Amino acid sequence: MSETRTLREREGLIFERSSAGRVGYQLPPLEVPAADPAATVPAGLLRGEIADLPEVSEVDVVRHFTRLSKWNYSVDEGLYPLGSCTMKYNPRINEEIVRLSGLAQLHPLQPEEQVQGALAVMWELEQALLAVTGMARVTLQPAAGAHGELTGMLMIRKALLARGERRRKVLIPDSAHGTNPASAVFAGFETVEIASTPRGTLDLGALARHLDGGDVAALMVTVPNTLGVFEPEIVEAAAMLHSKGAFLYMDGANLNAFVGIALPGKMGADALHINLHKTFSTPHGGGGPGAGPVAVSPALAPYLPVPTVERTGDRYALSYDRPATIGKVRGFYGNFAMLVRALAYIRSLGGDGLRSMAEGAVLNANYLRARLAGDYHLPYDGPSLHEVVFDDSIQAAAGVKNIDIAKRLLDYGFHPPTMSFPLIVHGALMIEPTESEGIDELDAFVAAMRAIARESREEPELVKGAPYSTPVQRLDEVRAARQPVLRWRRPAD
Amino acid sequence: MHRYQAGEGDRRAMLEAVGCSTVDELFSTIPAAVRGALDLPPAQSEEEVRREFWALASANAAPECFASFLGAGVYRHVTPAVADALLQRGEFFTAYTPYQPEVSQGTLQAIFEFQSYVCQLTELDVANASLYDGATAVVEAVLMAARTLPGRRRAVVAGALHPDWRAVLATYCEPMGLAITDVAWGGDGRVDLEALAHALGDDVCAVVVASPNALGVIEDLPALARAIAAAGALGVHAVAEATSLGMLAPGGRFGFDVVCGELQAFGIPAAFGGPLLGFFAARQQHLRQMPGRLIGETADAGGRRGYVLTLSTREQHIRRAKATSNICTNHGLMALAATIVISLLGKKGVREVALASHAKAEYVKTGLRAQGAGHRVQLAFPDSPTYDEFLVLHDDPDGLLARLKGEGILGGVSTSRFGAGWPRGILIAATERNTREECDRLLAALGRLA
Repeated sequence: MSETRTLREREGLIFERSSAGRVGYQLPPLEVPAADPAATVPAGLLRGEIADLPEVSEVDVVRHFTRLSKWNYSVDEGLYPLGSCTMKYNPRINEEIVRLSGLAQLHPLQPEEQVQGALAVMWELEQALLAVTGMARVTLQPAAGAHGELTGMLMIRKALLARGERRRKVLIPDSAHGTNPASAVFAGFETVEIASTPRGTLDLGALARHLDGGDVAALMVTVPNTLGVFEPEIVEAAAMLHSKGAFLYMDGANLNAFVGIALPGKMGADALHINLHKTFSTPHGGGGPGAGPVAVSPALAPYLPVPTVERTGDRYALSYDRPATIGKVRGFYGNFAMLVRALAYIRSLGGDGLRSMAEGAVLNANYLRARLAGDYHLPYDGPSLHEVVFDDSIQAAAGVKNIDIAKRLLDYGFHPPTMSFPLIVHGALMIEPTESEGIDELDAFVAAMRAIARESREEPELVKGAPYSTPVQRLDEVRAARQPVLRWRRPAD
Repeated sequence: MHRYQAGEGDRRAMLEAVGCSTVDELFSTIPAAVRGALDLPPAQSEEEVRREFWALASANAAPECFASFLGAGVYRHVTPAVADALLQRGEFFTAYTPYQPEVSQGTLQAIFEFQSYVCQLTELDVANASLYDGATAVVEAVLMAARTLPGRRRAVVAGALHPDWRAVLATYCEPMGLAITDVAWGGDGRVDLEALAHALGDDVCAVVVASPNALGVIEDLPALARAIAAAGALGVHAVAEATSLGMLAPGGRFGFDVVCGELQAFGIPAAFGGPLLGFFAARQQHLRQMPGRLIGETADAGGRRGYVLTLSTREQHIRRAKATSNICTNHGLMALAATIVISLLGKKGVREVALASHAKAEYVKTGLRAQGAGHRVQLAFPDSPTYDEFLVLHDDPDGLLARLKGEGILGGVSTSRFGAGWPRGILIAATERNTREECDRLLAALGRLA
């Protein structure tokens, strides 16, 4: 290790901090007789201390994780324009509320009369999501967007089986997020990719041809799509699907673009998942937990997972009375702590604030689009809603790829845009600023992006070698995959 | 403008830059037919929001106000203040999936440590970066077995698996064309090995065994592992109470191929059942079929150690319809919480928490035995080993629990909610957080009220 590094940069693994005899906890006195496990459990089923667990003090642990935290970029630090992920501000009041002991410590199997407040939170959130979507019912259980997709597709499958139909195909535009095809397959379907129009939108002609071919269970489509473009013919698409007995699954990852302005229920959606960690500000947590409630049309309501929350008078109850249900999709009732945060956010914003949120998200994306349009190529020029997708074709002339632009952005102090999709854009830079940003932060991002565009022309090697200012430089991902080291092991001195 | 957004001045300047006079013009592509206003109350101040949620929280009964012996999938253990304080650092909770490793080393290294802990707890080679919960972790194990052993289209659930987990498994298996066979438990609460032998066959891809099982009983994992291996299936050891791994040898030691389940017991608040923390560990040979994200160690151009998301060709964002799972967002922050708690407990504490919990449960069991053979509450499996949870038989568990509640005791979980086929009774969980006074009160109340 270099001697020139600062203290915080020298933080090793927790195991490397271990020092014999240190502890970071103290239990209260046992008070009861110690029970020798060997007295009741066969010796062969027991284990002793786990030798390689660390021995560290409380101070060690605080320092270790505090130093690690400083190596992360976060929304609290600045613009995090990761397209489709909606990295908006996470209000602190929600963190305070969710830690109230009457919510945080509640056991899921307490008697129903002891959890009326929790059930009220769930019921109120369902009502709010119904208002946002214009749909018939909502299940709050799915733990994430992909889990919601699976839940929705299982309901579609069950609805078809109830009609005595075992349809196999699910149509998915080539612009879709990768979870769509994966979720459809885990719900027992085969996926058929349909090519987008030259404008990047849903091709109704292709949809009609596939529907005429028969065996189509559903179309999974993101609205607005992953280019940030509203699907102009979504109503027609829904009508075509319904006339053939097929369903419209709407991926609500981009719902934040039109909350308070349009209703998926009116678009003809049969199922729609809502990423609470996107539109409704629950924290992304370095990779979750999220929450992916699914709103459904009346046609799918009989198949919702159990339990649902029902209200009779002023009493709330968990109901398992849904004979055609797809069953359970997870333990207990949902990522409750995320549901609390989402409801608090909805209360904070209100109907007017939620609409203002969508307006701000769309205006911010359009502002970046207008200011960056000369420097970066826009492969699809349809009107943008909440995100804009550029590509690296201008910079590619000098050998600079989207990944290089992304890494150079780190030196300018910004998290990069999304690059892994949509697959219909080669070298994509999918930028979603969210409504949280003011014009000063956006201007600083524009300045950074323009500087990188200039560097790509004048000093492409500089961009290709970035980043230079981060705790580590570009990491060898090929080595990580070819010789996987996925855990710490005690060095064999 | 709302406090979470910039002001009117920002908006005017940006509208000018994009060449619009109103923000409505930006939504012109949305047809009139799908438009609709939002019927929700207006924006509220922080103080009003706080007031509403204080009222909602007060409408619940916090378990601290009771002597609580609730478990059955969610357990009450030490929750050091450090864990939540660190979790509330914005650098952790307001970041996302570490797609850009150069500015995500904090999350990446912490999850690498998490994977290491899971490997140590399970005595297996590789662990992923978390799943949603124990129920979906078991699902992923069975689906991995089905991919690994194509042609084998049946899973066996041996003994008492948590009924929610069993229900979730059914939901996922049916569309995949996987059948499930249940093997009953015997009079001792453990898997009936003879029945298991009958259920096994060359069409079985996975055998799921919970231990401690949903009746609280510790299974004979070595014997089960031998039977499963002989049938050529993958053995899945499901763990619902992860602190048990501080006292009990994990399936990895005995030849199980997967050890997975729920890590909530290591410091995750009950939070009415979510978010919880699914974990998944397997043998090296199953690495390429594993679900979920993996963090790997590598080096940067300067030779400096660093961590990246790796082997992502298994995952949906690369493989799409051929991915090993549809999972994308996992439970990263909960994995961080467990990593912090396991770090604080360390080598000594992971064992001490387990032994203390076991001792509390044994204390209650001993007290029940002392109440004698004629008493209306009896241990369901008096001669079977248990960890920190056990079943007592009673003909009216719900009535008894209601009477206990009247005395400030949440006496456990009634098996009446588990459905038909389960013995009538109450699952009682005692952990290191239950005081002796609470245990004595429970025993006295059971003596009077049963």
